[in-house]
Amino acid sequence: MNSEKTNAMNLAKPAREPFDFARWWDRVGILMVLVALVLLMAIIAPNFNRVDNLLNIARAISINAILAAGMTVVILTGGIDLSVGSTVAVSGVVAVIAAIAGVPAPLAVLLGMAVGALCGLVNGWLTAYLALAPFIVTLGTMTFLRGLAYTITDGQPIVSSSLNFRDLGNGYVGPIPVPVIVMVVVYAVIWFVLERTRYGRHVYAVGGNAEAAKLAGVRVKRVITSVYVLAGACAGLAGVIFAARVISAQPTAGTGYELDAIAAVVLGGTSLAGGRGRIVGTLIGSVILGVLSTGLILLNVQFFTQLLIKGVVIILAVAIDSLKQRPLFLRAGGPKTPAKS
Amino acid sequence: MSHHPLLTLEGISKRFGATLALNDVRFDLRAGEVHALMGENGAGKSTLMKILAGNIERDAGAIRIDGQAVDIRSPRDAARHGIAIIHQELNTVPEMTVAENLALGREPKTRFGMLDRALMEKDARDKLARIHCSIDPRRKLGSLSVGMQQMVEIARAVGENARVLVLDEPTAALSRAEAIELYKLIDQMRAAGVGMIYISHRMEEVWRLADRVTVFRDGTYVGTGIREEISPADVVRMMVGRTVADLYHHEPRVAGRPLLTVKGLAGAAVGPVDLTVHAGEVVCMAGLIGSGRTEVGRLIFGADARTQGHVEIGGRVSAPADPAEAIADGIGMVPENRKEEGLFLDHSVEDNVAISSLDRFVSTGVIRRRERRAAVLGEMERLRLRLNAVDLPVKALSGGNQQKAALARWLLRDCDVLILDEPTRGVDIGAKREIYEQIDGLARAGKAILVISSDLPEAIGISDRLLVMREGRIVAELESSRTSEEDVMLHATGTAARAANMGEQA
Repeated sequence: MNSEKTNAMNLAKPAREPFDFARWWDRVGILMVLVALVLLMAIIAPNFNRVDNLLNIARAISINAILAAGMTVVILTGGIDLSVGSTVAVSGVVAVIAAIAGVPAPLAVLLGMAVGALCGLVNGWLTAYLALAPFIVTLGTMTFLRGLAYTITDGQPIVSSSLNFRDLGNGYVGPIPVPVIVMVVVYAVIWFVLERTRYGRHVYAVGGNAEAAKLAGVRVKRVITSVYVLAGACAGLAGVIFAARVISAQPTAGTGYELDAIAAVVLGGTSLAGGRGRIVGTLIGSVILGVLSTGLILLNVQFFTQLLIKGVVIILAVAIDSLKQRPLFLRAGGPKTPAKS
Repeated sequence: MSHHPLLTLEGISKRFGATLALNDVRFDLRAGEVHALMGENGAGKSTLMKILAGNIERDAGAIRIDGQAVDIRSPRDAARHGIAIIHQELNTVPEMTVAENLALGREPKTRFGMLDRALMEKDARDKLARIHCSIDPRRKLGSLSVGMQQMVEIARAVGENARVLVLDEPTAALSRAEAIELYKLIDQMRAAGVGMIYISHRMEEVWRLADRVTVFRDGTYVGTGIREEISPADVVRMMVGRTVADLYHHEPRVAGRPLLTVKGLAGAAVGPVDLTVHAGEVVCMAGLIGSGRTEVGRLIFGADARTQGHVEIGGRVSAPADPAEAIADGIGMVPENRKEEGLFLDHSVEDNVAISSLDRFVSTGVIRRRERRAAVLGEMERLRLRLNAVDLPVKALSGGNQQKAALARWLLRDCDVLILDEPTRGVDIGAKREIYEQIDGLARAGKAILVISSDLPEAIGISDRLLVMREGRIVAELESSRTSEEDVMLHATGTAARAANMGEQA
């Protein structure tokens, strides 16, 4: 039995909350971090704020950002996908081999994405219909797909200097690198899907409370399967861009990328428990990681030290996210546990 | 049985926020006695037992053991004073052996600090022998039946020289044969001088076991009787005897054609069940917790798998494989636990209300947001929810307003058949009244409403007909206007059947 105040009192309550750090941080906190970081780098790092450097940063982050976009959707359902790094390798390999065999560039790119989507379908089906833990499923497919990439290429890079889709990685539209444009399109599409479509609402519902989603008429298994397909397609696209960028198929491509993608998602404020988070946050998280890396390079910080700093930043961001969830952080003295008889 | 009280509880009060869960209650227990504590859900039985177990602290009152005042502030204190509780959910580690469970926290060590397995198993055998139980202490606890696991838990309590044993619905998960074993054990413990507090809704076993019966109602002490001097009907009257406010008053409704027809429906744990709800009718499923009401609701809604039977909505067969199909067939359900199953607590009121009706607001998957907003606001207005709460996370609302949001989802969907599982649990009186008004209004608009309620006055007051469930079946159908809480409880506890049997024997 819970204590209930009168209706009128309850209705009036939320409007009079003085200052809610949690909600404020949710909206603009991570953006503040980015602005502060950019200002700091602009002041202390030589050449940081040159336009070509900023565009280089944008191109450097595009692959991780595209992976992180798909990862966001998976994490919004409360899942995780560790296999996206390996999917980068497999889809890049398939696209390059197809291009060498004479497949036209657009089809080769689509084929790479389709391969990624297929990998995602396997992850999603195992997670949703066999009810296996996504961490374990994607750990397995991560290993399997890496092995597949090595097997197809016999462990050797496949270099093709005349690769027909290499502009996807190296081209420009005006001053803007093509991968940056692809990244922006991916984020625009996923933002629209999450915010404006029924499917997007269902994704949030499944992550917010799977049982409630089922009882509200959401087809939970289908939604779960689909998010892994989406993450796989994003990884496929990232894989093709990676191959285009290095003008070759690399069986080692994307090693460890899944962790950078997860870091970007978490930095962006998406809850690993699901149901809470924004795709825009993930983009900002990716940019923070990119700005940090580039800035530290410009400052001639050693690679080893860069890793130390990156690690601390990730933990700090998550710590703030977790602290704001605690009731005592919001207001002192939470309600006592109600008893039932 | 001695006549000096072993345990005395006096003037115990406990408040949770604005709710007085226990108001100046008393209870006493003698050595070698089984004293049943009865009351409806919410009467305060579990709260009192939690105080006795040291899980929560009392606000006022005294606890005496052998006449000495004691202070119980933690489960450790309770154990020190010889109080042990056998919970509904067993408090054991299924992955460990029986012996390991019995020694948990006080494992015997050898001289070298190693676990003395031989001694531990001997101790376990001794403890089990004290309750005449011959389970092999090396077996994994999880491999035993629930009944056997309960025996192990009792062996632990007795082995630790518990003098006061609380048995909270101990037979709820037991088979008939296991329950009879438990009764024998209780008789042995009684002979050995253990005082037992027995909490149960099953009148039959209370009458089989208890020496005395105490009844609580709404957190207050109603009375204590010696079993020989009272009847089950007396106890039921004590449990329910409160005045029914005009909260439930409604004009007579006219039932139309059958809208929901359930034929031979059965699931893993319930059924087969037949029932019909007509258009314009409110039917309430009454019964004790665990009698299978929620399960029937979930079967109709496609939330659990059917093993047999079918459902018809307005004459059309509805065989939903999942709730999405049931919703498409025109059924809606507000589940029992709004926080765990009903709502997305972090999501906005708008998202929570609109989630099941998004198909009405989409063109090729894209939501027409203005239309959605307008429709959600319309339902919020109808339910008198503050309109500017539309973007707030639903967890920011009070319990009553959360429940209204859960209901608003199905008002927006405009279902023909609505299943409401405990629609007013944890809801303040104002919101309760409004929810009743909505239920009445929906029925008058020609919907078929199936309500599940453990609140007897509510169940009788808002419905046209009552279906009483017991042990997974519908055991009685009653006209709400011609029945009483006593009648319903008699059927729900099986006392009516028992009385009839006794009549036959006599």
